[in-house]
Amino acid sequence: METLLDFWEFIKPVAIILGYIVLIMVPLILAVAYLTYAERKVIGFMQMRMGPNRVGFFGYRLWGLGQPIADTFKLIFKEIVIPSGANKFLFIIAPIISIGTAFAAWAVVPFDAGVVLADVNAGLLYILAITSLGVYGVIIAGWASNSKYALLGALRSAAQIVSYEIAMGFALVGVLIAAGSLNLTAIVTAQQGEYGVASWFWLPLFPLFLVYFISGVAETNRAPFDVAEGESEIVAGFHVEYSGTAFAGFFLAEYANMIIIAALAAIMFFGGWLSPFQGIHSIFGLPVDLEGWFAPVPGIVWLVFKMMFFLLLFLWFRATFPRYRYDQIMRLGWKVFIPITIVWLLVVGAAVIADVPPWFAGAR
Amino acid sequence: MLENYLPVLIFLGVGLGFGIVLISVGFVMGPRRPDAEKLSAYECGFEAFENARMKFDVRYYLVAILFIIFDLEIAFLFPWAVVLREIGMFGFWAMFIFLGILVVGFFYEWKKGALEWE
Repeated sequence: METLLDFWEFIKPVAIILGYIVLIMVPLILAVAYLTYAERKVIGFMQMRMGPNRVGFFGYRLWGLGQPIADTFKLIFKEIVIPSGANKFLFIIAPIISIGTAFAAWAVVPFDAGVVLADVNAGLLYILAITSLGVYGVIIAGWASNSKYALLGALRSAAQIVSYEIAMGFALVGVLIAAGSLNLTAIVTAQQGEYGVASWFWLPLFPLFLVYFISGVAETNRAPFDVAEGESEIVAGFHVEYSGTAFAGFFLAEYANMIIIAALAAIMFFGGWLSPFQGIHSIFGLPVDLEGWFAPVPGIVWLVFKMMFFLLLFLWFRATFPRYRYDQIMRLGWKVFIPITIVWLLVVGAAVIADVPPWFAGAR
Repeated sequence: MLENYLPVLIFLGVGLGFGIVLISVGFVMGPRRPDAEKLSAYECGFEAFENARMKFDVRYYLVAILFIIFDLEIAFLFPWAVVLREIGMFGFWAMFIFLGILVVGFFYEWKKGALEWE
């Protein structure tokens, strides 16, 4: 009895943490599943099509809402083909690395004031590190497949991801200068202010926000930067040899990465869980207490709305833009984004030293 | 302070575990009927001419090396950015010079054509 209690005391914190992790993972996986549905539906409507509208539940079509579930089961019951020339161990380990890193980044994301699994003081550094590891999944998959298309796709993809990571890293440094902390909760609270939407960092850091979001689109290999899996040139790029749930792994990882990019854009530049009506008690002198009216709305609702907006942008880009050529992608990353971010870093640094109100005043 | 990182470690384990479970489910539930054609590498229906681990463009190495240099610069910038408010004007000018040297190198590689893809 005594030893059992001791064992429980030892295991209890881990069990609680596992419970919280399930609380994050389950909505995340559902979000990934329905993001694929949203993508097909949104692009369908943009092209005057219906999108998936057949698979429903219990005989009801429900606008095709059962489609992601049906897709999941289809992929589970498909054969996983391992090519005879492939390196079997690396071939199987690659999608696992992709999924593991795409999910692990969520450990430090704050959903509301104080609602965060691990409130670590180097949160942003951790996210940058862990999302960078995702490139290993891509390059291992391409090399282990022993297929020319896969190798070419992996090389292109890896070069593109590391190129845009530099621009993204510089943009993150701008956020760090403005917030003065690596902790994501502190970054959000640094955006509290009396001017509603204008208090958030997107306004003083606007070029960095653009660089960050476009780099995010390129990092996740999404259109218009999807040369890594350009269907018309190299079939599917690095995952051409993957099938069944091994392919599903890369698919899940790509969409989970899109969601984390959207969440980070919301947290770093658009105030995270903060209400867009913060500090607004009157409009043109009329006593309209917007902050008070929207005060009961929990912060996570604002965060989810902001994330949904950025995810819509991802889908919208795919429906709107033709694919970039590879040399154009590299030129944009190296010759446009890096100079912009270096210049703007100095501007932000000077603004922080000079205590420019309202964003940087009195923070010292 | 370090116990804050325990959830991170567990989350990493759960993430990797989820990937292992997903692929195991695929192996258990899916059929397994291999044949020589199915297991050959995809090459638009042709027989594969040669091993796919072929020579590739040296520019990929160049990009990787440049990436390491610039990523190191970013690693230097991170702590500077966090404490910029404390170190004030001196820190700002120190990093201005540092970034200046970086920009000179960047300009050199640009003019050398290291960033050209035709």
